[in-house]
Amino acid sequence: MSLRPSVDAMRLVVPTLALTALLAAVFWLQPRAMSYMGLNLLFNLAVPIALATLAQMFILAVNNLDLSIGAFVSFAACVSATFLQSTPLIGVLILLAAIAAYAAIGAVIHLRNLPSIVVTLGMSFVWTGLAVLLLPAPGGSPPDWARSLMTTKPPLVPMAIVASVIIALIAHLIVTRSSLGVLIRGVGGNERSVERAGWSVLWAKTAAYALAGTFAVAAGIALVGLTTSADANIALRYTLLSIAGVILGGGEFVGGRVSPVGAVIGALTLTLAASFLSFMRISPDWQIGAQGAILIIVLALRLFLNRLERQEGRA
Amino acid sequence: MTPDTAPPLIEVEQARLRFGAVKALDGATLHIRPGECVGLVGHNGAGKSTIVNVINGALTPDEGTLRAEGAPVERYGIKAAHALGVRCVFQELSLCPNLTVIENTRIVHRELGSGRGLGWRSTARRIIERSLDEIFPGHGIDSRATVGSLSIAQRQMAEIAMAFSDAGAPPRLVILDEPTSSLDATLAGQLLAQVRRFVDAGGSVIFISHILHEILSTSDRVVVMKDGNVVAERPAGGFTADSLFEAMGSVAKPENAAQARRDLSSAPVLLEQRGRGLPFRAHRGELVGLTGLSGHGQTEMLLELYRQRSGDWLPLRDPAVAFVAGDRRVNGIFHLWSILENFAVASLGDLTRRGLVNDSAVADKGDGWKRRIEIRTQDMNNPILSLSGGNQQKVLFARALATRAPVVLMDDPMRGVDVGTKREVYQILREEAAGERTFVWYSTETEEVCLCDRVYVFREGEIVAELVGEEINEANILAASFQGEAA
Repeated sequence: MSLRPSVDAMRLVVPTLALTALLAAVFWLQPRAMSYMGLNLLFNLAVPIALATLAQMFILAVNNLDLSIGAFVSFAACVSATFLQSTPLIGVLILLAAIAAYAAIGAVIHLRNLPSIVVTLGMSFVWTGLAVLLLPAPGGSPPDWARSLMTTKPPLVPMAIVASVIIALIAHLIVTRSSLGVLIRGVGGNERSVERAGWSVLWAKTAAYALAGTFAVAAGIALVGLTTSADANIALRYTLLSIAGVILGGGEFVGGRVSPVGAVIGALTLTLAASFLSFMRISPDWQIGAQGAILIIVLALRLFLNRLERQEGRA
Repeated sequence: MTPDTAPPLIEVEQARLRFGAVKALDGATLHIRPGECVGLVGHNGAGKSTIVNVINGALTPDEGTLRAEGAPVERYGIKAAHALGVRCVFQELSLCPNLTVIENTRIVHRELGSGRGLGWRSTARRIIERSLDEIFPGHGIDSRATVGSLSIAQRQMAEIAMAFSDAGAPPRLVILDEPTSSLDATLAGQLLAQVRRFVDAGGSVIFISHILHEILSTSDRVVVMKDGNVVAERPAGGFTADSLFEAMGSVAKPENAAQARRDLSSAPVLLEQRGRGLPFRAHRGELVGLTGLSGHGQTEMLLELYRQRSGDWLPLRDPAVAFVAGDRRVNGIFHLWSILENFAVASLGDLTRRGLVNDSAVADKGDGWKRRIEIRTQDMNNPILSLSGGNQQKVLFARALATRAPVVLMDDPMRGVDVGTKREVYQILREEAAGERTFVWYSTETEEVCLCDRVYVFREGEIVAELVGEEINEANILAASFQGEAA
């Protein structure tokens, strides 16, 4: 047994370092953030982003890309703020149907050999349209249980942190420990090899899309629980945030290399980056650019570490 | 087991299969009995891979019958083949590079997951490690490492161990398609010993290799295929290397090993490289061989030579080196491009006028090389994947040779190429070398190394010996490769 850290663990080094560094910088700028309330405020919005990032991660694991996550989360949020609150049964049915639709999209993409980017881009308009039909103007109210779940105050550690850890653990269990997770990543790594072993690639991809839909629905519910109302465009920026989160967390666009724990850390880092920039008193006009700069720095760091690792491997 | 009375494990009878206009199988018949190793030889495109894919359930023949253990099977597929105990090790490595060895075991053995929940990991680990230890003692593979981080030989070892491992449905027929092509002599020996052990215990093996002495020494029976059909079938003792050549359809020429080795030490030096070990030099017009056990730094040396002599940021006006990749699926061909585009990509600089590709010049050049190197296709605009592996490799040669680069680097380019194609390429290499082009040729096959004017032997990342002229022979190469390990 060697004590060398596994490749998976190495992948987590950079995102963890980035998160720690940002957190230290925030605490230095604003020592009052170093409290129960402060942490909760800092990371509150990270929970839906983390869930959306995990959704995107399932799609990236099978070498596809989902450009409809943001629109779909918005749609799920609108359903949660209307039907799920007023007539829970219908609300649940709608959300289940939406997940089934997600799975069906995955199946169609595989069967017809379509580019996932194009299909999901098209679907993003469908989801946005449905959301607008539901809530033409911002409004609605969250189901009581969602509201209370998102605002519970567990002792010692704020809810945002607890929820992130639980979500990361569940995703880790599914993706790295379960057979289904191995199968999904296997499809990303070498589809033919999976096929030759007698598995159904169609089933694996459909399952990946269904899981993505499930996590995205959870993101929508969590988002409404936090914001108490919804609007058809509430989560549009999640599409790019989720992709950035997966990549930041050590995932890759192709090859089935994804890390669920990393993805959650990536989502936390992105959320924190926004707060950090506000604390720096950077004008909102520059914030998006500055967020991009943070992303580039972290990714450059990762490339650098990868190179070190490769040199070590050769020596 | 009594091989003579037990019903054959698999019988393929009069199988016919067409891909478009190509007859991949034309009435082939193959019986595999328990407790025998069947050597399968033939040119690329003879139908070996196709008949293997019929047996493993990936392809269904258009006509013909398939019987398993004497009983005809109606719905045969990958799952049925796996349940019967058919396992494959493919020529191109086919594990998932992003998964660990353990996780790949899970993918290969579908029955591992049932009823064990998340506990399949320890079982998978036990199974694969036992198999690895048994076949390749001292393999040094960490089963928790991702396959992508293993060397090509280690990946092949893992894949072989996986095929022989038993996770509930025991392996009964293991198909090895060029399994030794990425293994060095020691590992290949361990594998062949495992094949004999497995066969003696009642298992069956289909063994495909272009290294004929492996076939002859390991198989009980040798089947020769040609043009989608079985053309000869005899006990291994009934064949010699020459009679196998004859049956395959290529004429066995006596190897004139001492064919005019040239002394070029007075020619100008084109490449020079100092590292650990002996210095490396290549003169103009020389055929320099790199050899030794596989994975001992030969490829790294070639990549370093290439990197130093190609433009870093901007392309060079005059290319100094061209590269022929060995692993053509990974870094050789552009899968989606036509043959012509694959051929022309390296010399586009010369085929461009005012920033636009000159289509007619490309087509002319492509036709010239098609004739010269005999690429077997009706139309150079066909997709590259329509060619057999050997012909794809020829296109890669043509790509490098068509440039003006005075030096061509070759990274074991003949891996899995049939004998006939090899001979044609050797001929072209000799012509080009006579025309003052320099070749640096890494090869794992002694026969090829012996064609070179001068040979460097690598061990543990450095050059440990330089062989010239008559010194180039198998005994000297082996001695240099193993030197020190015996001490």
